[in-house]
Amino acid sequence: MTAKAVRLEGVSVHLGGQLIVDSISFHVPAGGIGCLLGASGCGKTTLLRAIAGFEALSAGKILLDDTEVSVPGQSLAIEKRRVGMVFQDHALFPHLSVAENIAFGIQSVALAARNARVAELASLLEIEDLLNAYPHRLSGGQQQRVAIARALAPRPEVLLLDEPFSSLDVELRETLAREIRQVLKQEGITAILVSHNQFEAFAMADEIGVIKGGRLLQWDNAFNLYHTPSSLAVADFIGEGVLIAGHKVGDHAVETELGIIDTRQIQDFNLPDSEDISLLLRPDDVFHDDASPIKARIVEKAFRGAVFLYTLQLASGTRVLSLAPSHHDHAIGEPMGIRLDVEHLVAFPRLPLV
Amino acid sequence: MSANALVTPRSLRPRLFSIEPWPLSLLALSLVLALPILVIASSVFFPAGDIWEHLLDTVLSRYVRTSFALLLGVSVGVLALGILPAWLVSAYRFPGSKIFEWALLLPLAIPAYIIAYTYTGMLDVAGPLQSGLREAFGWRYGDYWFPEIRSLGGAICLLSLVFYPYVYLLARAAFAEQSGRVLEAARSLGCSQRAAFLRVALPLARPAIVVGLSIALMETLADYGTVQYFGLSTFTTGIYRTWNGLGSSVGAAQLAALLLCFVFLLVSLESWSRRQSQFFNSGGRARASSKQSLRGRGLLLAYLACGIPVTLGFAVPFVQLVLWAIITADSILTAEFLTYLFNSVFLASTTALLALFLALFIAYGRRSYPSPASTLAGRILGLGYALPGTVVAIGVLMPFAWFDNRLSEFMIARFDFNTGLLLSGSAFILIFAYLVRFLPIAMNTVDAGLGKIRPSMDEAGRSMGMRPLALLKRVHLPMLRGSLVTALLLVFVDVLKELPATLLLRPFNFNTLAIRTFELANEERLADAAGPALAIVLASLIPVILLSRSLRQAGATRDSVET
Repeated sequence: MTAKAVRLEGVSVHLGGQLIVDSISFHVPAGGIGCLLGASGCGKTTLLRAIAGFEALSAGKILLDDTEVSVPGQSLAIEKRRVGMVFQDHALFPHLSVAENIAFGIQSVALAARNARVAELASLLEIEDLLNAYPHRLSGGQQQRVAIARALAPRPEVLLLDEPFSSLDVELRETLAREIRQVLKQEGITAILVSHNQFEAFAMADEIGVIKGGRLLQWDNAFNLYHTPSSLAVADFIGEGVLIAGHKVGDHAVETELGIIDTRQIQDFNLPDSEDISLLLRPDDVFHDDASPIKARIVEKAFRGAVFLYTLQLASGTRVLSLAPSHHDHAIGEPMGIRLDVEHLVAFPRLPLV
Repeated sequence: MSANALVTPRSLRPRLFSIEPWPLSLLALSLVLALPILVIASSVFFPAGDIWEHLLDTVLSRYVRTSFALLLGVSVGVLALGILPAWLVSAYRFPGSKIFEWALLLPLAIPAYIIAYTYTGMLDVAGPLQSGLREAFGWRYGDYWFPEIRSLGGAICLLSLVFYPYVYLLARAAFAEQSGRVLEAARSLGCSQRAAFLRVALPLARPAIVVGLSIALMETLADYGTVQYFGLSTFTTGIYRTWNGLGSSVGAAQLAALLLCFVFLLVSLESWSRRQSQFFNSGGRARASSKQSLRGRGLLLAYLACGIPVTLGFAVPFVQLVLWAIITADSILTAEFLTYLFNSVFLASTTALLALFLALFIAYGRRSYPSPASTLAGRILGLGYALPGTVVAIGVLMPFAWFDNRLSEFMIARFDFNTGLLLSGSAFILIFAYLVRFLPIAMNTVDAGLGKIRPSMDEAGRSMGMRPLALLKRVHLPMLRGSLVTALLLVFVDVLKELPATLLLRPFNFNTLAIRTFELANEERLADAAGPALAIVLASLIPVILLSRSLRQAGATRDSVET
């Protein structure tokens, strides 16, 4: 298998005269797994279809390794791209059995080799027992495995997955996502998936691009997206958190309602130029500490098994989130001592309305 | 409609022998309308004298062979004409593709016998084409070879031209329903668009195509006007001949029973394929953007594949009819013509109203009292659409004539008063036969409309304090109105076009547009036949327009979902 790198340079796509994808560039190395993450209607699926060759570009170019496959007005035919695609609704062929579905793309291969490939994929995806069944008899998860086996059969250079887990049960999603990641890594294949679910993206991808309104906001790994979002929009989309008001004191400190933060102790911290700033606080930045002089009243609490997620109201009325081990069971309305413990911190110039 | 119609069933447990009046009357109604089938089927138990020996010796094998050849030829014809355009308009975008999408349905508006008369008028020896050729090349009759239109081959071509829309319609719906994703999946696995058609789209559409094919073949078996005019010996002409010429009603009924066997084979094929196609429905929606544009040779091919059926199946005969109608304009609008028109409209509208009323009665009955009995009644009533007009006519005529004869015998003996052919000699029997044949059309339309009003809407209305009658008026009627109008129109037009049953059952000296067209054509006054024929075609355009509009709307909603 020769996995190829995927490179997009300033790709724009118009659909029906409307700009859907707006000059997006990114790069997934050979064998890497990338994810396009965004709310529905943000253009991520259109972008994926453009990479597959189903949509034409209005600007920019798409390269597989060093070969241009899509430029405005010209596009390598889909069937010649060697790009496999897994569809949101699986799109299995209802008139063919599972084995015939998997073998669909390798008809030109000799029968023995074809059967060997089908058997190999069936064992890889653990669907050996289903080979003679027809798609309508399969559960959603089984259909998903067959769809992936079918797309992998012709040994594509790049595999594209469109919302691959959206039709599955929540419990099944992350398990299958991790499992599929292993299969892809084992086959050494380059993959790009589209998702609106950050946990799915975290479970599966090496690097994630957050897309909003047709624009790529940030292309980074999951850890950095969470801890150092490049914009408010990314911070808002990834993970839970609240913005609290801060005020610059000198060059290396920020004063907040929860105390003064010494910014020299925080890695990779860029303080904005403006005096008034907003700080993104994740629930794990706010610690429960009965000894702390800062008290906040519990407004809401959500039980999450090992932890409680508390929503707390500060004296000024600002609300923050805090994760506390679940043996710290406090009632709503009670005051709770908290302190800040930040290793990562993101600051933005304060927006007028925040 | 009684207020009871909206009450949920008193017992949720279905009972076969329910004492509810509604299912019982449904069953009774279905038995009355199934009378023709029962009569025909039971005719095989009556001795028919030596008529069978006579038929076997002479013509029976010819009936079977010709009918089979016709079925086979029309199968090839409708598949060849219907599938490719359906694929082209659903998978490709090219200038005019939107127009072809509905224009390909137009031949449905031309009854088979009318296209036969028109083409014969154009293509036979005295027609404009051959006359023109003779004049241009100085030939004389017999000097040159010209295909004989009045032949089995001619009938196959012409029937294919008017029946291919059934295949087109169902194939197109199947192609449109296939989610674009399934085709895209095939392409991403290395298939070209053509290979994707052959390996995925066509196999997936196969059950739907078979449904379309079996409907086209039922129409072929039912055709009387074309084969009669071309002098072909098929089942329908044979039945007519045995009835009228040989005067053997039992023999004709037994021939009809044989024909029924073929029809039921087709009906079972159709319903089996319908079940298959649910199975093959991949769900999802097609994407407008996945339509490819065509250029060069492909575009030319598309214009040929879409243009030929529309031109030959509609444009040419329609223009010819208009030209003839202009030539004979003076003799068209006579008092006679108005009588035919009035008779046709009278029969068609009476049948349409009765059919609508019965269809509503049946639909509400089945909705309010779902029981095996009412399901069975629905099944029996639904069979009529497959019955050829000749079969219905004989199945209706035999019992009614028997009743009339017994009645008049009794009346003469008792009161010395001859009631004559009280039922079988009046328009009553004609309307009864139409109902047997066309009630299923009204039923399907009303059922589809009523299906959109979910029981939970009734319950919601009732829970807001609406009384049943108010619910009917404020919820059901507005939601059903479109379906009711459609049902009326469809039955109206079908009655207007109907030929063989009308021919056998009409009261003495009672003419309709269809009968007049038939008579004039058989007197070789083809140009004079254009007037009534054109009236029928124009009326038949109405349901075709309705159909194409619903296609366009379905397309529009699909497109608007896209953006």
